[in-house]
Amino acid sequence: MAAQEIFSVSQVNQYIKGMLDQDRFLGRIYIRGEISNYKRYPSGHHYFSLKDEGGALKCVMFRSAASRLRFQPEGGMKAIAFGRVTAYPRDGVYQLYVEALSPDGIGELYVAFEQLKARLGAEGLFAEEHKKPLPAIPERIGVITSEAGAAVHDIIRVLRARWPLCEVRLLPVRVQGAEAPAEIASAIAYSNRWQVADVLIVGRGGGSMEDLWAFNDERVARAIYASELPVISAVGHEPDVTIADFVADRRAATPSNGAELAVPDWQDVYSGLTQLDARQRQALLRRLQQARAAVDRCDRSQALKNPYLLLESKQMELDRLTERLTGAGEKTLNRQQLRLAALTAGLDAMSPLKVLSRGYSVTRNAAGAMTSVRETAVGEQIDTTLSDGTLTSVVTAVSEGRKGAV
Amino acid sequence: MAGKKKTFEESLLRLEEIVTALERGDAPLEQSMALFEEGTKLVASCKKQLDQAEQKVVRLSKGENGAPVAQPLEGTE
Repeated sequence: MAAQEIFSVSQVNQYIKGMLDQDRFLGRIYIRGEISNYKRYPSGHHYFSLKDEGGALKCVMFRSAASRLRFQPEGGMKAIAFGRVTAYPRDGVYQLYVEALSPDGIGELYVAFEQLKARLGAEGLFAEEHKKPLPAIPERIGVITSEAGAAVHDIIRVLRARWPLCEVRLLPVRVQGAEAPAEIASAIAYSNRWQVADVLIVGRGGGSMEDLWAFNDERVARAIYASELPVISAVGHEPDVTIADFVADRRAATPSNGAELAVPDWQDVYSGLTQLDARQRQALLRRLQQARAAVDRCDRSQALKNPYLLLESKQMELDRLTERLTGAGEKTLNRQQLRLAALTAGLDAMSPLKVLSRGYSVTRNAAGAMTSVRETAVGEQIDTTLSDGTLTSVVTAVSEGRKGAV
Repeated sequence: MAGKKKTFEESLLRLEEIVTALERGDAPLEQSMALFEEGTKLVASCKKQLDQAEQKVVRLSKGENGAPVAQPLEGTE
C-alpha cells in the first residue's frame, strides 16, 4: 500500500469518460423513461432527466437535435430517447446526450423507423445521384392513393387549377392497414410496367404515425427506388417524415403540395407564351428593318439610279471585245493563207505533170500504166504520154534489162 | 410538321427554338418570315389548348390481360 499511486480528480473523471466512450452498448442506446425537469436554454440546448421507479438519468439535447423534435416534451411525459451515455468530467457526472426524442407509445415504431432508415440509407436508397428530375410538362399524372381519402380530392383540385391540360390517372390503393404496403408497392411497379403516366404522386392525407406507417414500409421504399417514372411522395402534413419521403425523387409536404410540384402553373406558361410571342415579333421587325436598310442601300447606288451608266459601260466592253475578236480573226486568216500556199507548192512539186515536164513519160497499154516490159508484147499498141501530148506506137521488140540509165 | 400531333412541351420547345433563331437574325428574310409564321401558329395553338383545356380524370384498373383500363372518375368536383 506504501507505493500506492495518487491521481487527480480530472484524471479520474477523464478515465471514467474514456471507459464509457469505448463501450459500444452505451454509444447507441434507446432509453424509455418519464421526462422530468424539462428546461430550454437560450442557447437552444435542452436539459432534462429521464426517470423511472428505480432512478433518474441526466439528459442533454443540443440545439441541432432539439430542432428536429416533432413534439413538445413536458415533465411527466413518457418518452423514448436515443443517444449515447458519456461522462461530463467537469461536474463528475454521467449523462445521456440525446440525439432523438419521441413520445413513448409509438416507441416500437419509432425504433423500427430509425433502424430501417439507417439500413436503407447505408444501402444508398436515398442517394441524391439516384434521384430523377421531374418532367417539365407532364401529360399524364399517376396518383397512387386511396380513392376514399381527402388526398385524391386535394390533388385533383390543385391539378385542375394549375394545369388542366394533364390527365389525372388514379390508381386506387389502400393506404393504411396490413395490406397497404403491398398494394402501394405493386401499384408503383404496375405503373412502370405499363407506363401509365409521366410522373407519379404517391401519398395520403395526414394521420397518426401508425396511420402513415405504410409509407415507412421497406417494400414501398424499394418500389419507389426501382421506379423508372419519377415519384413524388406526398404523405401527411408538413412535419410528417416517412421513409418514402427519403427515397422519392421529390418530397412534398402534403398531397396538395405534391400536385403543385408535379405540374407548371397555367398562368406562368400563358405569360411565358405571351413573352415568346412578343420576342418573335420584335425579332422579325428587326429583321425586316435590316432587309429594308439593305434595299435602301441598293436604291441609293448609281447603277440602279441610272441603269444607262451600267449599259454604257457594258457597251464599251462589248466594243472592246469585238475589236479584239476581229483582230484575232484576221491574224488567223493570214496565217492559214500562208500555210495553204506552202502546202499547194508542195503538192505541185509532187504532181506527175511536173515530173513529165522534166522529160519523163508514162507508157500505157489497154490495161493501164505499165511498169514492166513484160506487161506488153510485140505488135501491141501502146500510148506514151509526154508533158505536152501522147504518142501512139506499136511494139516492135521487147528486151528485158536496163539499157542505159535515162 | 406532318404525322403525330406535337405535345404541348414539344410545341413550347419548338417555339423557343424559333424565337432564338429569329433573334439571331441571320436567316434569309424569306426563311425568317416562314419561321415567324410557324411561331405565330404555335403561340395560337398553345394558347388555345390552355384556354380550352378540360381536365380529364380517370381511374385505372387492371383489364383482362393485365393492361390498364381507364374509366372516367365521377364526382371529383
